[in-house]
Amino acid sequence: IPFSAAPLGARLPLALPPCSRPLPGSQRESSELFTLTYGALVTQLCKDYENDEDVNKQLDKMGYNIGVRLIEDFLARSNVGRCHDFRETADVIAKVAFKMYLGITPSITNWSPAGDEFSLILENNPLVDFVELPDNHSSLIYSNLLCGVLRGALEMVQMAVDVKFVQDTLKGDGVTEIRMRFIKRIEDNLPAGEE
Amino acid sequence: MPAMADETLFQLLHTQVVAAAYGAGRGSGDEGLRAGLTVLEGMGFRVGQGLAERLPQGALAFREELDTIKFLCRDLWGAVFGKQTDNLRTNHQGTYILQDNNFPFLTQMAWGQQYLEEAPKFLAFTCGLLRGTLSSLGIESSVTASVTSLPACKFQVVIQKA
Repeated sequence: IPFSAAPLGARLPLALPPCSRPLPGSQRESSELFTLTYGALVTQLCKDYENDEDVNKQLDKMGYNIGVRLIEDFLARSNVGRCHDFRETADVIAKVAFKMYLGITPSITNWSPAGDEFSLILENNPLVDFVELPDNHSSLIYSNLLCGVLRGALEMVQMAVDVKFVQDTLKGDGVTEIRMRFIKRIEDNLPAGEE
Repeated sequence: MPAMADETLFQLLHTQVVAAAYGAGRGSGDEGLRAGLTVLEGMGFRVGQGLAERLPQGALAFREELDTIKFLCRDLWGAVFGKQTDNLRTNHQGTYILQDNNFPFLTQMAWGQQYLEEAPKFLAFTCGLLRGTLSSLGIESSVTASVTSLPACKFQVVIQKA
């Protein structure tokens, strides 16, 4: 069959609104593409694994694999230097990293007296746009990938942290809250690798 | 199309999507490879459908089939990869070939032709994405992809005539 070239021409001057359902007060920089692809991933894992705990583990592991690679991109693009304490780290995560990759800026609250634990409050979690948790997945931590990303990325800058969701709008909570606990500074440069 | 994702983050997510498709007991032998490809294509299809469904009504009332395909080359590619396809060819009988000379999902594995056999894993999601987007725009199709020389690839869209 004779094929002929079809010139694309200029990109259409499309002024498409980013979302048919604008969320008041939320930034729409994080894309639906990412949200939908993440949704497809979670759906697939729910098909492949029998219980929610295993899906949660997979999501955390995948997040870790992303985090250990994302940190390089983050350091190169953000120009952020070494953080001197956990408070500074918290600021960089909330104001620079979340902003850069998900287009939101969580607030930092609930510091422990020792300064080794804090919460990130996400007013709007872009990963859960269009998502409703079915009844039979009540133990699913839908956005658990984020915990793995944070854990993996921080491990690459020699910080061992514990990261977990303590509130989730998907489960009826008013906000989404990620709790981060500093465990220790990692002395040796561990080689990067998949878990 | 909606704003594009952060490119690095999306590419890293895609590598985990591929990993998921080849996890859970799938993935060894020819049969496993095919099963994984089907899973990836299915995930891409749902994402493509979702993207197209979220476009405003009426914005995509293309008169010609070719205009719809051009929308994929310019706007879908723009939203997903931050660029256009490098080339579009058609036989004017319902077959279209979209060429990308530097396909982002293949660039990470472009170190050598010995990885060529791995390439389909990195194309299947996008095949589904194209088919799903078209489906939501009212066009049923089959989409396949081929690699000649990494990281260039071609997507062949064959429109199913009713």
